[in-house]
Amino acid sequence: MKRREFLVIGGAAAAAFALPARAAYPDKPVRYIIAFPPGGESDIGARLQQGVFDKLYHQQLVIESKPGAGGGLAWSQLNNYPGDGSVIMGTNLPHLVLQPLEGNVQYKTDDIANVHFYHYTPDAIVVRNESPFRSYQDLLAAAKAKPGKLNFAGSGTNTANHASHERFNHAARVKSTYVPFKGTGDLIASLLGGHVDAAMSYSTLALAQKGKCRVLAVATGKRLPLFPETPTFQEVGLDWVDGAYRGIAVPRSTPQDLRRRISSMFSEINRDADFRRQMEAGGFELVDIGYDKMDAFMAERKKAYTGVAKLMGLTA
Amino acid sequence: MELLQHLGTGFEIAFTWHNILYCLVGCLLGTLIGVLPGIGPVATIAMLLPATFVLHPVSALIMLAGIYYGAQYGGSTTAILVNLPGEVSSVVTCLDGYQMARRGMAGKALGISALGSFFAGTVATILIAGFAPPLAELALKFGPSDYFSLMVLGLIAAVVLAHGSLLKAIAMIILGLLCGLIGTDVNSGVARYSFNLPELIDGINIGTVAMGVFGFSEIIRNLEQGEAREVFTKSIKGLLPNWSDIKQSAPAVVRGTILGSALGILPGGGPILGAFSAYTLEKKLSKDPSRFGKGAIEGVAAPESANNAAAQTSFIPLLTLGIPCTPTMALMIGAMIIHGIQPGPQIMTSRPDLFWGMIASMWIGNLLLVVLNLPLIGIWVKLLTVKYDYLFPAILIFCCVGVYSINNAPFDVLLAALFGFIGYVFIKFSMEPAPLLLGFVLGPMMEENLRRALLLSRGDPSVFFTRPISLTLLIIAALLLVIVMAPSIAKKREEVFVEG
Repeated sequence: MKRREFLVIGGAAAAAFALPARAAYPDKPVRYIIAFPPGGESDIGARLQQGVFDKLYHQQLVIESKPGAGGGLAWSQLNNYPGDGSVIMGTNLPHLVLQPLEGNVQYKTDDIANVHFYHYTPDAIVVRNESPFRSYQDLLAAAKAKPGKLNFAGSGTNTANHASHERFNHAARVKSTYVPFKGTGDLIASLLGGHVDAAMSYSTLALAQKGKCRVLAVATGKRLPLFPETPTFQEVGLDWVDGAYRGIAVPRSTPQDLRRRISSMFSEINRDADFRRQMEAGGFELVDIGYDKMDAFMAERKKAYTGVAKLMGLTA
Repeated sequence: MELLQHLGTGFEIAFTWHNILYCLVGCLLGTLIGVLPGIGPVATIAMLLPATFVLHPVSALIMLAGIYYGAQYGGSTTAILVNLPGEVSSVVTCLDGYQMARRGMAGKALGISALGSFFAGTVATILIAGFAPPLAELALKFGPSDYFSLMVLGLIAAVVLAHGSLLKAIAMIILGLLCGLIGTDVNSGVARYSFNLPELIDGINIGTVAMGVFGFSEIIRNLEQGEAREVFTKSIKGLLPNWSDIKQSAPAVVRGTILGSALGILPGGGPILGAFSAYTLEKKLSKDPSRFGKGAIEGVAAPESANNAAAQTSFIPLLTLGIPCTPTMALMIGAMIIHGIQPGPQIMTSRPDLFWGMIASMWIGNLLLVVLNLPLIGIWVKLLTVKYDYLFPAILIFCCVGVYSINNAPFDVLLAALFGFIGYVFIKFSMEPAPLLLGFVLGPMMEENLRRALLLSRGDPSVFFTRPISLTLLIIAALLLVIVMAPSIAKKREEVFVEG
């Protein structure tokens, strides 16, 4: 049987049994809206997924960037799109929890139908090479000896870095000052120039600045292969495995079976060997939180972030 | 000589036929988007990024870099010929370039801006090749307090940009500062002047403002003149600058190159500030400042050299430190990571082929751009003979596409239209929009660094006077202020500010 005939018969059969048309999803290019400018971590992750998506599903994944309001602009528009799988959107944690608490955005955390989280960039404390702090213990001792003296650079106010900093102050029982910058790219110059004592950022920053920077501790479950010398926060006595999670959400009108389908598609992309290698080389920690695990995961995350938000002075 | 050896490696890579081809493609695309007002390198590179996946990473980055500095060349063409900035960094070129065109010297203006850009590009390439690491280290010495003082100096220098009354210039700067405040305050997270519009939470993009007050309003003004508009295309003769033009503009080119190179290295500086400062400096140094704004060749040579120099040297923090100074550089970082290259300090040692290949290709690219631009001058000048009935709607569409492509936001197009109307009102009141744009750029950076410096000093303002860099900059600013304000030299000031 020729391919065309097979398809025709297949199509007829589908019509006859009134199977949902979306069994063939994706049957046309999928728009993948990224809520941050091109070149950032969300964009990079999406572009690496893009190639695998084309390879596995023979459809184009078209990346559109729609930056604004720290991601909030795109997320507040997500549910206006049709729920037929033609539009998916990149989402980020803790942004989705912290922004509605802060109150500048026009969506609620529960408005966003996340279907899959595929990686996170682990929180990390980074110092420059010339820093007197050789280890996390050095930093901690200095912070305890001179309360309020140390300066930590981070990206933005009421953001993931800001939350991590408050969490660090609280958990390690120290007092240090958070100095917000417009973005991670902005703070590198101040960190390397020694204008701040350390950065509360991600392990990806330390990877990019390898040779100029040291990572004192990372918020992963076990040590990162890229930084075998660096202890985890758990090793130094803090209960802290966290970072910025990136995932995919769909409009709320999307039916359950399609949500599951999209979730499993991105799980499959996550298993691609080339994709794994590229992501790991870039310092991204892969996770595979699919749609069936989503409710429990979001409930746990919301609880954790709401706790930190109280430390930051944000209340629900 | 290690440097020669490195450059040898670089040219070996850059001189392969396919890399020259990609360099040429990048430069051509860059020139094209530079000529088209509104459509900038960020949108173009973002759109082309997926297409580069199949290329070798070095070729891909050579092409993307070519788009960026090619746009600096192309941006001046529209500025000179139609008084619309093709790129934001060519805003100042409009001031004298268009006037030169009106006086029948369009070819000369285009020629000098291409030659000046080539000189600047060559010097900047040498700077990157020879001194990139130490220069980057120097830039790191600038702390928040030093940046604040640099911005103060910049703002005081901004008044010199004004043509008419000093009061109007200051009013425009303050309006620019206020517009710059729109959006989320980085220190408190509070959204200012955003009127609960999510589109305003990140503030207004400079491209939107520039297209509005320079692009849209200029078109309205031209349409208003109707049939009576002067025709100045017939009198074009002498396309290339002659020896006396070159002699007149050479010092301006050199000064513009130095200033542009220096500002390009500083994170946050870049081509826009470079062009503005170079123009200001030339006007200050000129024996006859009244010529500026009426078609002074130095007023084209200096900013064009400066913006190209800054465009090239802004690769220094990117290639040596992994610090993106401009949105385009942030995109280049993304491009590197997608191509499996980790940008940062280790790139010089881990990927010497990429580092030196890119540097060599920049020089080749600059050469290609001159070769491309000089013979094409005639074609660009012909643009002037296109009937405005066709030209203006086309430009307006390109402006809208360009503004939309910055953030893929229709709201930005409406905003640009609003700024176009505001800009038209400014023209009616004979208020110069250039100081507004400078206030818009400098204001937020000044505020951010002021508050950061005070946060780091725990509220002690003495940091601005105890750090040598900051103190030096403030002293220069104070001197400049004295020169502008002192009654004894008021007469000279009149000459500076009141022209015509």
